[in-house]
Amino acid sequence: MSAVVAAAPRRIAVDKLGVFIAGLAVIAACLPLVAFRANRIVPGEGLSLLAALPGWQAALLALTLAAGIGLALLRTPVPVRLAASLVVLAALWLAAGAAASHLTPADDKLARVSPGSGFWLLLLAFALLAADGIARLRLGPWPRIAVLLAVASALALLLASGLWRDLSILREYSTRAESFWREAATHVVLAFGSLAAATLAGIPIGIACHRKRALRTAVLNVLNAVQTIPSIALFGLLIAPLAWVAANVPGAALLGISGIGAAPAMVALVAYSLLPVVANTVVGLAGVPAATDEAARGMGMTDWQRLTAVQLPLAFPVILAGIRIVLVQNIGLATIAALIGGGGFGVFVFQGIGQTAMDLVLLGAAPTVALAFAAAVVLDAIIELSAIREPGRD
Amino acid sequence: MIEIDALSKEYSGQRVVDRVSFNVAEGEIAVVVGTSGSGKTTLLRMINRLIEPTAGTVRIEGEDIGAIPAHLLRRRIGYVIQGHGLFPHRTVAQNVGTVPALLGWDRARIDRRTDELLVLFQLDPAEFRDRLPGELSGGQQQRVGVARALAAEPKLLLMDEPFGALDPIIRAKAQSDLVAIQKRFGTTIVLVTHDMEEAIQLGTRIAVMEQGRLQQYAPPAEIIAGPANPVVAELIGGDRPFRLLALGRVRDLVEPGPAAGEPVAADASLREAYAECLWSGREVLPVIDADGRSLGRIRRDDIAHRAEKPQ
Amino acid sequence: MRAGVAIRLVVLALLIAFVASPQTFAFVFQPLTRNGQPAIYLQNGLLNLTLSHLAIVAVATVASTLVAVGLAIAVTRPFGAEFLPLSRTLANVGQTFPPVAVLALAVPLLGFGTAPTLVALFLYGLLPIFENALTGLTTLPPAVTEAARGVGMTEGQRLVGVDLPLATPVILAGIRLSVVISIATATIGSTVAASTLGEVILAGLLSSNLAFVAQGGLVVAVIAVLIYDGLSALERLLAHRTGQGAR
Ligand SMILES: Nc1ncnc2c1ncn2[C@@H]1O[C@H](COP(=O)(O)OP(=O)(O)O)[C@@H](O)[C@H]1O
Ligand SMILES: [Mg+2]
Repeated sequence: MSAVVAAAPRRIAVDKLGVFIAGLAVIAACLPLVAFRANRIVPGEGLSLLAALPGWQAALLALTLAAGIGLALLRTPVPVRLAASLVVLAALWLAAGAAASHLTPADDKLARVSPGSGFWLLLLAFALLAADGIARLRLGPWPRIAVLLAVASALALLLASGLWRDLSILREYSTRAESFWREAATHVVLAFGSLAAATLAGIPIGIACHRKRALRTAVLNVLNAVQTIPSIALFGLLIAPLAWVAANVPGAALLGISGIGAAPAMVALVAYSLLPVVANTVVGLAGVPAATDEAARGMGMTDWQRLTAVQLPLAFPVILAGIRIVLVQNIGLATIAALIGGGGFGVFVFQGIGQTAMDLVLLGAAPTVALAFAAAVVLDAIIELSAIREPGRD
Repeated sequence: MIEIDALSKEYSGQRVVDRVSFNVAEGEIAVVVGTSGSGKTTLLRMINRLIEPTAGTVRIEGEDIGAIPAHLLRRRIGYVIQGHGLFPHRTVAQNVGTVPALLGWDRARIDRRTDELLVLFQLDPAEFRDRLPGELSGGQQQRVGVARALAAEPKLLLMDEPFGALDPIIRAKAQSDLVAIQKRFGTTIVLVTHDMEEAIQLGTRIAVMEQGRLQQYAPPAEIIAGPANPVVAELIGGDRPFRLLALGRVRDLVEPGPAAGEPVAADASLREAYAECLWSGREVLPVIDADGRSLGRIRRDDIAHRAEKPQ
Repeated sequence: MRAGVAIRLVVLALLIAFVASPQTFAFVFQPLTRNGQPAIYLQNGLLNLTLSHLAIVAVATVASTLVAVGLAIAVTRPFGAEFLPLSRTLANVGQTFPPVAVLALAVPLLGFGTAPTLVALFLYGLLPIFENALTGLTTLPPAVTEAARGVGMTEGQRLVGVDLPLATPVILAGIRLSVVISIATATIGSTVAASTLGEVILAGLLSSNLAFVAQGGLVVAVIAVLIYDGLSALERLLAHRTGQGAR
């Protein structure tokens, strides 16, 4: 019996997720890889992989895709799958740039080549494979940051190399490089500035709430309600009061306070940010073990010493989790500021929607998503590193 | 009733239950005792197939349980776990009626049975049937857990540390209630505990487990008197004479004759009687039955003799 | 508690009165106008916009709930276990996408109008519900699931009779988050020509009419707070009903 089993060839096992990804990739390969448009507004013409790339490049990409699909389909070791997905993703990015250069006639400033539905679907399929690999490897905080840095450097290199020069999103960028960086700075100031203000104000409020029960209920209820109000409504509702302040409080206008622009956006973002910071401070402080706190008191620490030496350090990871929520949320919300003249990447998103120029929408949306994603990865890693191991557990 | 035959369970090559065999006769209380991690829970859960064995068989009333669909098998066997596991979203009555409902009993029969069990466990149905488990005390929750396990009149009841979460006074009460109910229904019980005291008090037979192996399977007196190996001896501990006394009843040593002072009950354990002798400085105690009639007396020396190492 | 209920009822009554007959309240918004601008947004009717706004949110939320809970059930069963780590990661990563980006990127696929808004709401709404359903289904008290198996329930009976009822309060918390985000995203949906209350605010911003901005903002804000509040109360009730008030 056992001899028969040993003699039989090893069964080739199929991976369930792999089947899904392979299906997605095969469908995607039949869809247009890129879209070509004579100018940025007119409807485009979809071009398949074979039509979009010079012969040998098309063959190389097709081979890479086939190999990637094969490795995904079979039950291969996780690092192999991850490596395969990263190679395919890199090949796709390079191919998009190459197709753009190949298809754009020389000296044509108006023609636009943008990634097509096939490209996005392939990207999704292999990003899923990569995400699954990273999830299954259970990478620690430092390796995750390393992966993030590697991907970011690769992207930076790709952008600097000029390989993507002819891609539509970079054509949009090249005509407004200056305003891109200005809005980027505004976006970062809005997101991080509101975070800083909310942290400075929120932690003391949280400490006060932790000590006074009545205050806690009232403050958390109000902040909860604020957080519920849709951003554009809150931005809008702040315009009138701030306009009044600008007109009636001497010096306010000189400080840059006005009804529209960055001021109401900033105020609203700070208001949104308070809830996670305050609530997590309260939860973190409440989570300090009573025995630890009692021991600190028993050793003769003053209230202030207990707060700074025992309670806050123990509550720190929870407070940090609140800060992570705020930062990711604010990077997204800052896009809305553009609607009230507050600037940020939202400017390109809404201009793009207005002109039905999707490349322009992407120019605003892509960096926003990248920024939020990077912030989430970095802060998750920091939270994990700061978590204190409880004695007696591992 | 139950025949366990060379039952083993491996986790990643390691045997947590190692070729365990023993039989439990109808109406017995077999207590599986051992240190934490010795494989007791794993052994118990293989009897209702919450865990599938790596090797070996279990037969219940001669029938190989591997041949019965697991969920149908479990409806025939009562199961009580530490921390009771009551369904927090269902009322006490719904919890107790779970298995009868699964078996498709009609409404009226379920209600009758539920009320009967609640009364049996001293929970007034009118007051308790519509409460949620969260609104009960720990002891009440534990009783509802046992009532749920008994609802469909199973012939076999499996209990995993059923009294582990109770404080000592409530635990003693729950233990004596269990014995009373077992006598009344004649249910066969396999009970797991890490507490040798509890094992001696409840078991008609004790199975001592260590490192997945069955060390000894015998009635309590035999285990105390002649531990099969040092592992069992260590588990019984140093106060063996008192454990022996705890097993005996006063009525076993009653003799005719007079004695002065506060009497002891015939049903009390020899350990209690001996303690009374020491405490009150008497050589003999008068013995009375449950109705207060005098049965004679008991002598301290006779009790002490009972505690000697058996030859 | 009584006073709280009374305040909510008064606010709800005011909201309905204002939406049904906004002209009656013109005097409130008059001071915010300049140069004879109209005080009340009359195009398309406030009532129509409100109903359409609510309908979009409701349709998207129902769809997200069905799909998200279904997916969460699938990946927590043995046959879908291979997808569990990936689905966790996706729910996590997905929520770093700003809703506006999802909205804007749905436009090239579906054109302008209500459709891209619905799709964006549906997609984005999936995430919190899925995440909470996953939490609810994977953090059931072990003694209870053990008991459910021990009494002889089949897998289906356990899912319907024990797992889902116990996870319901957590799932509802996810739905509440999702609804709040959807109300906000639907408001921005008017930038891609969806018919929602955002239209009033945008019209105000474009014509520098603060009265429009204020009335649109107020209606949306009050609706969001009331719905959030109502769902929270429902959640507390359910948690109590399922004996998990303290959990
Ligand atoms: N699912 C499992 N996988 C691996 N090891 C297990 C598993 N369940 C139990 N064990 C191991 O088996 C041993 C016996 O466990 P258990 O039967 O729970 O012991 P007891 O109930 O006597 O405390 C322990 O060492 C435990 O770590
Ligand atoms: Mg155990």
